[in-house]
Amino acid sequence: MIPGALREAVARDGETIVHVPRERLLEVMTWLKQTPGQEFDYLVDVTAVEYRDRERALEIVYFLRSLKRRMDLRVKVELDPAEELWVDSVWELWHGADWLEREVFDMFGVTFRGHPDLRRILMWETYAEGYPLRKSFPLRGRFSRAEQVRQALNANPEAHYSLEELSIADAAGDLPDEMRDRLRRGERGVIPDPPSP
Amino acid sequence: MSKRTVELELATPGVDTAGRPQRVPLTANAEPDLGAEHMLVNIGPQHPATHGVLRLVVELDGETVVRCIPHVGYLHSGFEKLGEYRHYNQIIPLTDRTDYLSPMANNVGFALAAETLMGIEITPRCTVLRVIACEMSRIISHMVWLGTTSIDLGAFTPFLWAFQERERIYDLQEMWTGARLTTSVTRVGGLMADIPDRFVEKVREFTQTFPKTLGEIDRVLTRNAVWVGRTQNVGALTAAEATNYSLSGPMLRASGVAYDVRKDKPYLGYETYDFDVPVGEHGDVYDRYLVRLEECYQSNRILQQAVDRLPDGPINVDDPRVILPSKTRAMSDMEAMIFHFKQVMEGVKAPVGEAYVGIENPKGELGNYLVSDGTAKPVRWRIRPPSFINLSALPKMAEGHLLSDLIAINASVDIVMGEVDR
Repeated sequence: MIPGALREAVARDGETIVHVPRERLLEVMTWLKQTPGQEFDYLVDVTAVEYRDRERALEIVYFLRSLKRRMDLRVKVELDPAEELWVDSVWELWHGADWLEREVFDMFGVTFRGHPDLRRILMWETYAEGYPLRKSFPLRGRFSRAEQVRQALNANPEAHYSLEELSIADAAGDLPDEMRDRLRRGERGVIPDPPSP
Repeated sequence: MSKRTVELELATPGVDTAGRPQRVPLTANAEPDLGAEHMLVNIGPQHPATHGVLRLVVELDGETVVRCIPHVGYLHSGFEKLGEYRHYNQIIPLTDRTDYLSPMANNVGFALAAETLMGIEITPRCTVLRVIACEMSRIISHMVWLGTTSIDLGAFTPFLWAFQERERIYDLQEMWTGARLTTSVTRVGGLMADIPDRFVEKVREFTQTFPKTLGEIDRVLTRNAVWVGRTQNVGALTAAEATNYSLSGPMLRASGVAYDVRKDKPYLGYETYDFDVPVGEHGDVYDRYLVRLEECYQSNRILQQAVDRLPDGPINVDDPRVILPSKTRAMSDMEAMIFHFKQVMEGVKAPVGEAYVGIENPKGELGNYLVSDGTAKPVRWRIRPPSFINLSALPKMAEGHLLSDLIAINASVDIVMGEVDR
């Protein structure tokens, strides 16, 4: 049994799933990577699952692999969707987690604490409709088609430059004020209030 | 971008004694503060050398890449979200459009995941046909890679040879499925159609002549001074780095890590085929080229073995709850009609649970992760996109190299934006 694990289960493909409390995730992951006999040196994937049953917890799923032992393991952390969604980043252990965690942040709105560059990745920086893979997100988006077209036509092509890159070009002044302030405060990808009907 | 003109004598020795380009950081000796005069260059998203709608923001010191920030998402189509609203068989056309350079392998990957979730054993003939589908995909994907990369580095002829071979496989795919690109060849529990007459014969003909083209490409590139100079020691990653960055497929193996899903976690009976897994040593662009070239020879071997052993028998499992009855039976047999109706209207229900199946796609390990709550539509369909994860190591590989090497490194990752952005 892995220290700190809440319970274990077996998936339909025969792999072991280990449930870990959020507070002990980093500790367990470090143990799994560094302990001789475990040596999970390869992070296959990071993703999240939200069930249609809104009462069920949102799960962050880590697929680990030990290339040496040719072993796979799945680690899950359950988050209460009613509370703030955060989990510690495993970037320090596996750099491959960089874009994978950004994608989970982008699609589900889960904050990874300690991630070096937590920005939206597939959606653009100023995307305001929310987190597309959440079950509360309608298939066609929150805004009407007309509103989406209007926003696309009015978009400032420079707006998806991040402040970090623009500072090199001395062009940070081209950003919209609101966005510049937001980036300066270190906030990224916050959903603004939906427009009143 | 820069506010003043920098006038410097750039006395850089271009090549070392062995003839390899030597990288000298272009810092100014006379005026050390010129190091701050970095230039910001935007490449893409509409640029032929980025292989799709990839945008790279590059900070340059002279010609040396100081920082490279990739921006992706221009082709984001929300396939994973769409999948949550569709039956399992309806998702298969979406998989064609992720990695559109190897559509058949994607179809197989998804079908295997859905079958694992539902606990379905496919028939022997279907297994071998799926191996043929996967290996044909590997060959066409590597041919596109070879052609476009050689064009990026200034060699035009291999591009024409590679695309001719690719065309022959496309003809085979068209024979089998009627489509060249969007094949949708698998169904949960079987295949969309059996192979037509003369297909096996055509595959044999292909496998006999294909190595000749590979030999020609090998002769024109492998010991070519320009090719070697542009690719050796460029974008090198050690085995530890490649592992830490979660690279997979030829990218991982070029760095010396011998992990191939076909060997180490076999599916579709790959353990019964006789083939080798090429492994590189230096992890640079050149080794990635060698690994992919050798993989084409090995795929050709697997294709030959597969057509030789192709058994007779049904292509679909014998389960009316999963496999759509033939149109004739649905029109004449009451029971078949009921099953037909239920499958089309309600879909195939999967039991509660989850399954992850990774297959060795041309780009790397393609994973399909399905979570079911007992309905006919998945709660979550996650694609582990190999080229997305391989691309995330691009800044690490490119930084410190010349801008022209960035193009070579980016080409060597073998990205396809349909899969990166999904």
